[in-house]
Amino acid sequence: MGQQVINGVFVGSIYALFAVGYTLVFGVLDILNLAHQAVFMLGAFCALAFVGGLHLSFALALPLAVLFSGAMGILLDRIAFRPLRGRAHSNMSGLISSIAAATIFEAIALQIFGPDVSRFPFGSFPDRQFRVAGAVVSTIQLTIVAVSVVLMALLTYLLKKTRLGRQIRAVAESPRAARILGINVDRVIAASFFISSALGGAAGVLFALAFNNLSPDMGRSVELKGLAVIILGGMGSVTGAVTAGFAIGLIEVFTVAYLGSSYRDAVSFAVLFLVLLVWPRGLFGRVALREA
Amino acid sequence: MHATGRFFKLVTLAAAASFGAYAAEGGAPTVVKIGAALSMTGAAAVYGGAQKSGIQAAVDDVNGSGSLKPLRLEVVFEDDASKKEQGINVFQRFINQTKVSAIIGPTLSTTATAADPIAQQAKVPVLAISNTAPTGITDIGEYIWRDSLTERQVIPGAVKKARAKLGFKTAGVLYGNDDVFTKAGYDVMKQALESERVQILETQTFAKSDRDFNAQLTALKSKNPGILLVSALADNAASIVSQARQLGYTGPILGGNGFNSPAFIKNAGPAAEGVLVGTSWNSASQDPANQTFRKSMEKRGVSPDQFTAQAYAGVVIIAEAIKQAGMKVGREDIRAGFAKVRDLPTPLGKFSFTPSRDAEHEPSVQQVKGGKFEILQ
Repeated sequence: MGQQVINGVFVGSIYALFAVGYTLVFGVLDILNLAHQAVFMLGAFCALAFVGGLHLSFALALPLAVLFSGAMGILLDRIAFRPLRGRAHSNMSGLISSIAAATIFEAIALQIFGPDVSRFPFGSFPDRQFRVAGAVVSTIQLTIVAVSVVLMALLTYLLKKTRLGRQIRAVAESPRAARILGINVDRVIAASFFISSALGGAAGVLFALAFNNLSPDMGRSVELKGLAVIILGGMGSVTGAVTAGFAIGLIEVFTVAYLGSSYRDAVSFAVLFLVLLVWPRGLFGRVALREA
Repeated sequence: MHATGRFFKLVTLAAAASFGAYAAEGGAPTVVKIGAALSMTGAAAVYGGAQKSGIQAAVDDVNGSGSLKPLRLEVVFEDDASKKEQGINVFQRFINQTKVSAIIGPTLSTTATAADPIAQQAKVPVLAISNTAPTGITDIGEYIWRDSLTERQVIPGAVKKARAKLGFKTAGVLYGNDDVFTKAGYDVMKQALESERVQILETQTFAKSDRDFNAQLTALKSKNPGILLVSALADNAASIVSQARQLGYTGPILGGNGFNSPAFIKNAGPAAEGVLVGTSWNSASQDPANQTFRKSMEKRGVSPDQFTAQAYAGVVIIAEAIKQAGMKVGREDIRAGFAKVRDLPTPLGKFSFTPSRDAEHEPSVQQVKGGKFEILQ
């Protein structure tokens, strides 16, 4: 029981980190960025290239991979979203072009790393297990939960207390009003993409470290779950995404353990459905990002 | 006189060609052509390479020993690209253009289900050397044979041997329930455990796309099973074993045929140590046939695995079938010869075919030690 709670918190922290980036872009742009899962995958492979290819330490590879993923986010904005902005139905066309971008990213990874499963070299991260009240916790798990929580706290601080955070919230409220107030909307959107993708990439690196199983299609396994998390938490709400991320992680673990793996997603989505019946805007509503 | 001589030679040539063999001028040995359809590229390329070196070594050994004199084996290799369509093309070329006496392969069961019916229809004997699907291969017809044991044959033997060695009374089972191969492996495991009177304490499932197995493994571990049986493909297998060890499970693990891959040891690393896997080739066997095989491979600088041994045995079996057919090399002769193969010494052990044309020999259990598979004595 205790071990299952640890398993749930562990995987939930990765879902939450993945989902906050997802929900951030949605909160600002009202667009679902379906390439988020591909950035997640690229972040993981980037860290693998640094650790496996260049023999950098993990402490160095993680921030580098996060920066790389952020840069991919800016690129994504430039090629997939910005050209469509301001046109009619830009929400729908942006959604489609993000799918295209995801396909391209996956194809690139496939060319470079091949379809086989890759992993970090053995011993690239010191892994020690210790027992806490009958349950086993590893240094990797603790690191992953700690890194996720710190990154999510940083994001909350950034949105609440900094000038950029206020600008992001202003654009989320009304891009037109923000522009009138002298905010460079394109720059703020690019910054949102950078932050969102950096967090997505970080989630990818942690996911890869946790399960040591990298392949070009690895993002697809978290894509739907991330979607469930941000809907459950309330589209655009960072607090909601964090709460829902941990909730879905726990629900999933207990479903698999007590009902069977075939119900892994079924129960998560059933909960999602029931929650939406009661609170149609999700647990934390829609206005949360603007008010942060 | 001269004209009749030439006419006679033409007739023999034509007759020989129609049987897939031809006589060269001046009493040189008659060549028996065998087609080998192997996966040299694609998903199963890792197996195809091992098979090719096994076949080449066996052909050299058989021809070198002179046991088939005046016949000489010649193998034509073609790549089936691990694909059904390519497998069909290769089979058609073998049957109609190369005019082979028999076909070895194809590497994958899936390819075999598509290509074998063509050989069956053309009445060309096929010897599968790595197809392990329990059904859908040899039941295609009387021309399809195999020297590879099915999961149904390997797993019960492995469970029995492991139990004799480790003496467990309870087991936990984890299997992929969205894949035909891993699900079939589970069914066999369940049966084998029941017939060995091992109590199954807990059964858990996963999907091919899963990466996180902590929930299932925690549930299994909490029941304290004497052994953990896992039916999974190599990629999942490595993750499952690593995560089981991370969670502090220290008991034995027995894997299905999916574990039988160098990729498993590579990706699981230190966690793979001690894992048990059933195999159809006992690499440590002191049988003369196995020792000869090991020496031939050593000379070629190839470190043999189960697939090399099965490929080598395939050629030995075809040679024996030709002998049993009275040194005749027609397609029908070789098929009839297969049926007469009994207790033939091969690297796999004493080999016979079952009445349903499947392989019959003793399976073994191997254990990962120092990053390599070693036979559990």
